[in-house]
Amino acid sequence: MINFIIKRKYLFLRRFVQIGIMVLYFGANAYGWNILVGNLSSSVLFGVIPMSDPYAALQMLAAGATLATDLLIGVGIVVLLYMFVGGRVFCSWVCPVNLITDLSNYLRRKLGFNQIQKKQPASRNIRYWVIVMSFVISFALGVTAFEFISPISMIHRGVIFGLGFGWAAMLIIFLFDLFVLKNGWCGHICPLGGFYSLIGKFSFIRVHHNVDNCTECMKCKEVCSEVQVLHMITKESIPVISGECTNCARCIEVCDDDALNFSIKKLIKNKEESQNEIN
Amino acid sequence: MSNNIPEENNKEEIASTRRLFLLNMARTVGLAGLGGLVWSAYVDEVTASTLILRPPGALKEEDFLKTCIKCGMCVEACPFDTLFLAKPGDNKPLGTPFFEPRKVPCYMCTDIPCVPVCPTGALDEESVTSDGKLDIEISEMGLAVIDKESCIAFWGIQCDACYRACPVLGKAITVEYSKNERTGKHAFMQPVVHSEFCTGCGLCERACVTEKAAIFVLPKEVAMGKVGDHYIKGWDEKDDDRVKNAKGATTTTELSKRSALDSLNDSGSLFDD
Repeated sequence: MINFIIKRKYLFLRRFVQIGIMVLYFGANAYGWNILVGNLSSSVLFGVIPMSDPYAALQMLAAGATLATDLLIGVGIVVLLYMFVGGRVFCSWVCPVNLITDLSNYLRRKLGFNQIQKKQPASRNIRYWVIVMSFVISFALGVTAFEFISPISMIHRGVIFGLGFGWAAMLIIFLFDLFVLKNGWCGHICPLGGFYSLIGKFSFIRVHHNVDNCTECMKCKEVCSEVQVLHMITKESIPVISGECTNCARCIEVCDDDALNFSIKKLIKNKEESQNEIN
Repeated sequence: MSNNIPEENNKEEIASTRRLFLLNMARTVGLAGLGGLVWSAYVDEVTASTLILRPPGALKEEDFLKTCIKCGMCVEACPFDTLFLAKPGDNKPLGTPFFEPRKVPCYMCTDIPCVPVCPTGALDEESVTSDGKLDIEISEMGLAVIDKESCIAFWGIQCDACYRACPVLGKAITVEYSKNERTGKHAFMQPVVHSEFCTGCGLCERACVTEKAAIFVLPKEVAMGKVGDHYIKGWDEKDDDRVKNAKGATTTTELSKRSALDSLNDSGSLFDD
């Protein structure tokens, strides 16, 4: 049992963080806790530190709103945080939709759907087009376009303030990812994920592949939700450089050969350089 | 000669990759168009609902929808659970705060806890501040409107529930007396709302005794007309200034050259025959 948990320490930690954040938000509304107030669009930590969704702020800008100072500070804090830990850490460690799509993925693997549908019929670049479109519609209609339809905020608000028909959004995403498209919502369509991919381009914390240890079992590629970022597996010892990696650490956990690990980008570089000097 | 063959193949290959590229481009444009159509149609439809009451200090609806980030901080700050965030199924712009006075009205807290917490300024502190202090009485959430036909005070039955409930007592709602001609010996005591004092808190709507409230709050833009700058109160010196804003408009009407008598005999294009 303990081995089972240790083997999946990141998974358990991730679920703990995801659910913990939701509990804190929920408690703020239901019981007046003053730890994390608001929701994922904008919140206040410990009653002082503002945090705001930078993608929503950009849509507001496109819609023609004046951005308040509090909002800008909040945006700055969030951008800096995710620039450091990896943009899509939001996706796998915070976003509530991840719980749903991970369940879809788990079922797809267990039911062998991935063996039957090997090739996915859609491009993962759709999300960047959705970003562009959200700005166009925001500009044209003078509203924050994605915030009006975002199932992420719908579900997250649902947890804190009451769900309404939000369960339908949850069900649709679940079924879409299960039957229509592997990693359909999070890996293809979600513009927030796309946006955080762009922010995460420069992040420090990366998954690093060590090809010497790799036995080519391909378990990592099977479990990865952004499989294109693992193109170096069995080929070279380099870090995952794509911002689309969510740093979910599932690949690290399924690897029995210690061929994948977290690392700080800069440290690797320095090490390589010093090694080159020695050589 | 032998060198030319691969070159031609190459050309064909380039042509087919170019076609593929163009086709993919066109497909992307088509998909984006379809998605954009559905998306903007939904957004357009949902923002068309104008009968929504916003928290105190809210910007004009148009600016409010741009600026509100839907964080729910105002909802959490409200001690009376007046405010809600629109859920799917509420038929309102998703995630934006609103209140329904018949269920829970705004109790007009003097410290207005819902406004300063707004991170984006969609709830504008300035608009509810007078003399450097928060002042809920100048907020404009809406305007109470009376349906005289279902208000029992207008029937002659004595009721002053709305008048008593009003937190701006004696200013936003006054009771006007007049003689009840039907009985000849009773008085009408009819409530009248004054828009310059009414904040739209909805305590009157909550208090109204009829099955469906005969006094109810509407957003100010919906409840009120607008005179324009062409009509002024000539007896009011301040109002006199407004006429300077009035802009002239020239209209031309084309006069018919036909005899006036024809208009009696000729039905013109009224009937097609």
